[in-house]
Amino acid sequence: MDNSEGYAIELRGIVKRFPGVVANDGIDLKVHRGEIHCLLGENGAGKTTLMRILYGLYRPDEGEIILNGQSVQMTSPRAALNNHIGMVHQHFRLVPTLSVEENIVLGLDEGTGPFMNFHKTRQKISAIAGEYGLSIDPQAKIWQLSVGQQQRVEILKALYREVDILIMDEPTSVLTPQEVSQLFTTLRTLVDDGLTIIFITHKLDEVIQVSNRVTVLRKGKAVSTLSTAETDKPGLARLMVGREVVFQLEKSPLKRREKLLEVNGLYALSDRKLPALRGVSFDLFGGEILGVAGVSGNGQYELAEVLTGLRKSTKGRILLGKKEVTNCSARKMYDLKVAHIPAERIRMGIVPALSIRENLILKKYRHHPFSHREFLDNKEIEENAHRAMSDYQIAAPSCETPAKLLSGGNIQKVVLARELSENPNLIVAVHPTYGLDIGATEQVRQVLLIQRERGAATLLISEDLEEIMTMSDRILVIFKGEVMGILDAESADIEEIGLMMAGTRHKGEQL
Amino acid sequence: MKSRLGFKVEKRAIVSGSLVFFVSLFAIFAALVVAGIFFRIYGVSPIHAYQLILKGALGNKFGLAETVRRAIPLLLCGVGLTIAFRALFWNIGAEGQLLMGAVAAAGVALFSGLPGPLLLPAMFIGGFLGGAAWGLIPAILKVMLGLNDVITTLMMNYIAIYFVEWLIHGPWKGPTARGFAYTDTFPRAAWLPTLYGTRIHWPTLVLGLVLAVVMYILVNRTRSGFEIRVIGENPDAARFAGISRFKTTLLVMLISGGFAGLAGVGEIAGIHLRLLGPTHISMGYGYTAIIVAWLARRNPLAVIVTSLLFGVIMAGGDVIKVSLGLPFQLINVFNGLILFFLIGSEIFLRYKISFFLRR
Amino acid sequence: MGWETWIITTLSRSLAYGTPLLLGTLGEIYAERSGVLNLGVEGMMIMGAYSAFTTAYITGNPWLGILVAAVVGGLFSLIHAFTSVTLKANQVVSGLSLTMLGLGLSGMFGRGWEGKPLPAAIPKITISGLSEIPFLGPILFEGQNLIVYLAILLVPLLWYILYRTRIGITIRSVGESPATADSLGINVDRVRYVCVFIGGVLAGVAGGYLSVAYRPAWTEGMTAGTGWIVIALTIFAFWNPANGMLGAYLFAALYHLSYRLQPWVSPELLKAMPYAFAILVLIFVSRGTLQKRMGAPAALSLPYTRGEE
Repeated sequence: MDNSEGYAIELRGIVKRFPGVVANDGIDLKVHRGEIHCLLGENGAGKTTLMRILYGLYRPDEGEIILNGQSVQMTSPRAALNNHIGMVHQHFRLVPTLSVEENIVLGLDEGTGPFMNFHKTRQKISAIAGEYGLSIDPQAKIWQLSVGQQQRVEILKALYREVDILIMDEPTSVLTPQEVSQLFTTLRTLVDDGLTIIFITHKLDEVIQVSNRVTVLRKGKAVSTLSTAETDKPGLARLMVGREVVFQLEKSPLKRREKLLEVNGLYALSDRKLPALRGVSFDLFGGEILGVAGVSGNGQYELAEVLTGLRKSTKGRILLGKKEVTNCSARKMYDLKVAHIPAERIRMGIVPALSIRENLILKKYRHHPFSHREFLDNKEIEENAHRAMSDYQIAAPSCETPAKLLSGGNIQKVVLARELSENPNLIVAVHPTYGLDIGATEQVRQVLLIQRERGAATLLISEDLEEIMTMSDRILVIFKGEVMGILDAESADIEEIGLMMAGTRHKGEQL
Repeated sequence: MKSRLGFKVEKRAIVSGSLVFFVSLFAIFAALVVAGIFFRIYGVSPIHAYQLILKGALGNKFGLAETVRRAIPLLLCGVGLTIAFRALFWNIGAEGQLLMGAVAAAGVALFSGLPGPLLLPAMFIGGFLGGAAWGLIPAILKVMLGLNDVITTLMMNYIAIYFVEWLIHGPWKGPTARGFAYTDTFPRAAWLPTLYGTRIHWPTLVLGLVLAVVMYILVNRTRSGFEIRVIGENPDAARFAGISRFKTTLLVMLISGGFAGLAGVGEIAGIHLRLLGPTHISMGYGYTAIIVAWLARRNPLAVIVTSLLFGVIMAGGDVIKVSLGLPFQLINVFNGLILFFLIGSEIFLRYKISFFLRR
Repeated sequence: MGWETWIITTLSRSLAYGTPLLLGTLGEIYAERSGVLNLGVEGMMIMGAYSAFTTAYITGNPWLGILVAAVVGGLFSLIHAFTSVTLKANQVVSGLSLTMLGLGLSGMFGRGWEGKPLPAAIPKITISGLSEIPFLGPILFEGQNLIVYLAILLVPLLWYILYRTRIGITIRSVGESPATADSLGINVDRVRYVCVFIGGVLAGVAGGYLSVAYRPAWTEGMTAGTGWIVIALTIFAFWNPANGMLGAYLFAALYHLSYRLQPWVSPELLKAMPYAFAILVLIFVSRGTLQKRMGAPAALSLPYTRGEE
């Protein structure tokens, strides 16, 4: 007989299958009232799926949800909200063109029928905001707000609906270290007020910092549930990965070669015609990895796109070796041996419906020997595919398999095979290990390190500070399109990087 | 514990060719059934009507000729449309491009003063250019200003229609008989040869078949075809790969408009031998070609088959009008139904329903 | 004709011809705001025109004709909603097929109705007191009919609903970010069905107006592309009912001006003017859109499935 009444929520034997993968494989979860419970696991472990089931976005194939001792059917988010469960998603569910108050009130039945009492709504929002220290302007449009402010709106949305349980899905991935501690303070205030919080993350630091208890998921199964006080980072890491994790990478000493890239006073606009890069300057040498740290949305993507010819700069110069390449086309940059590993591998990096072998020549198809004049040489293309698949260990039934059927790791390997096969001089890698499991992540990092050995200059843009700190030789911090400082990776201090990411300029020597 | 029959809907990863074929058949069948209802309203047994249509369109020499004759412009337009659709350019303007091709060809035939043997080739070139130009305008508007391709191609259809009207009532006016305006008849050198005793202008037919094969090779074996396919499947990746959306869009509309223009040449140089009112030149070929291309699943070779199918349907329209006294418009209803069921049934291609026992 | 009379007549006729454009545009705005592109407007309009005419002829009551037109337009649009929203099929082709169907059905059934005179059309109204107002009086209150006034009144109503009520917030969110709306418990499919239905009803009424009020008669294909102009006008209006009114009347005015040019320009080219205008308007407006960022509803013409991002 289990004491279900004591739990805020209980999940029993949840199973959820998608084509080709079992996302949740018989998971049990018990969350106490008034606690911050972390759901820890790698990308793809099944954490988000599980919470989406709890929030009614997915129906489980098997298992039940128990609320206050009774089994409930979460048929939709509305049912979840009726049960006082709210969720703050990783990618905010906000309508950009609507205002804060319109977003908060969206979908809510306040009993006044179709008519809106904006005055009353604004008052209520201000009251809640004041109580938890989440200041916001109710009439501002979402697209005008910063990411941290948008997250506040998300939280306000849930609080406005008087939720008892708040699910937060990777909330810190878009915040600066300072914003993260603000968030944690807010969470503790909420918990003091009686809320229960389920916090999804893959970052061990956060688990230790903020949670009371933690459940570790691995490959769709709940491996263990413990009280946070009884464990530590290595212990959690072991549970998460299933084997001892080596926190340090095998990195050979830096052998810096000649200067391969020089960026001088680069300016560029974002898609919304706002300044994205404001006078960025740095040098990059062969044989080194320059990590670019910064909160998402501070100009990193635009920098990557300008360097690879996908975006025009408005001012400034880019020199590849001795050659001026400012505002060259993407095709030209590729011909000049610049490789681009894009952030969104499925949206940009591959053509999902085309076969692996066609994807592998996505940029090379115009070159000998893959085409003669107008016609493609399918035999050469196929041979190239076989070579690439064995060199990079791409697991697939054949080279004709459509790329969309591959796993995330294999897709990334296709991208790497394609980009790196011509021995590029400059590699621009944006979030190369995002969403990959530990095995694939290691392989990708090894590939990048081999290229570094080979003498390529790599610009590594990543939101994973740990990845930047372990992989880079030097670290450049970008904030609102400006370079805050460039530090030596060995001696860099994460606090200092955090401050730079939030806008404080580095006081010491710039490397 | 009661066990219930539950079902689960999941996304299909791979779509097999045979499934596509059967789903297409299903769509046609559904359209036949619903159209049957309309036959009943007119007091005609649908089975009887369909039998008549098949016999009339395929069973005798005359009917077969009519079927092929109708299929020719559908073939040319359809092949062009598969290319446009592959690049996600929604060319609804084949009708207008066909007409402008006809206009260009008529211009060459009546006014160019070229010597006899050069006339027909010049007409085809002119027709291609006319249709291509008409198709390039919406293409340029889309890549440079982001204008919606559906609306611009549609509006251009109407502009083309009235342009033709103006020509035959105004500057190019020829003799007028019974209220219908048209230009002078073309010189003999501008007449396309037809198969003995029929109205099949075989050069256009051959051209259509050749182009269908050429387009198939283009799409699957050439660089441009590769670029078209990448843009159609994933425009972001295309940009990432440095493929020029500008050049590719212009290329597909050059082809699509040009081929429709060729269809227009065929109609006036092969059938009418003069420039007529727009609704006489094209009985909605440009729109029907959309269905032809869709049913062919954007495969240029398959268009050969689907254009023939719709040739049967259109010839069937004559049959039911003459033999059963039913309005020709019923065929347009039938076409609309096929298109409707085609896209409605695509859900079976994207999702799979599996049943299981639930405890 | 004196200048002033000329302007008054043009504006008065703009009101008359602009009404079906306005009705159609208002409906299409709602449909597209919820994220569904409805290219079947032409088909719904012509079916509305046909059903209104035949109903009015048979029953002698033109208002019944309008009612039937509204129902027919609505039913037609539900078919489009089913294929687009439930079956998640390609919305462009679905709308096109319905237009083909509408044109075909109305052409088929309408055979034999051409040339028949309508016993009773929607009566023209002149409001004696108000029509004395200088300038505005003759335009607004002389020789118009109730449907014209209905269309005008719908504008502020539909604007208010869209921008100042909960319903409007719901609709706009469904069209911008259906995943967001869904995650908050909004039934995305139902909202889309309702908005498409509104579009169909208004398109039906617009068509009925043409055959029973504007030019009481039935001719095959009498909508002559009005439905397509509605689609263009929706973009021109930036999906805002107030702009829709401006666009519809402006367009109608230009259309009538082109008739004034008849002595100098041949009629066929004039008939091409509306379509050329539509393109020119779109070109003119597109430059602003690039800067404005307030463009089409972000999810327009994209089918929504829960769980797919």
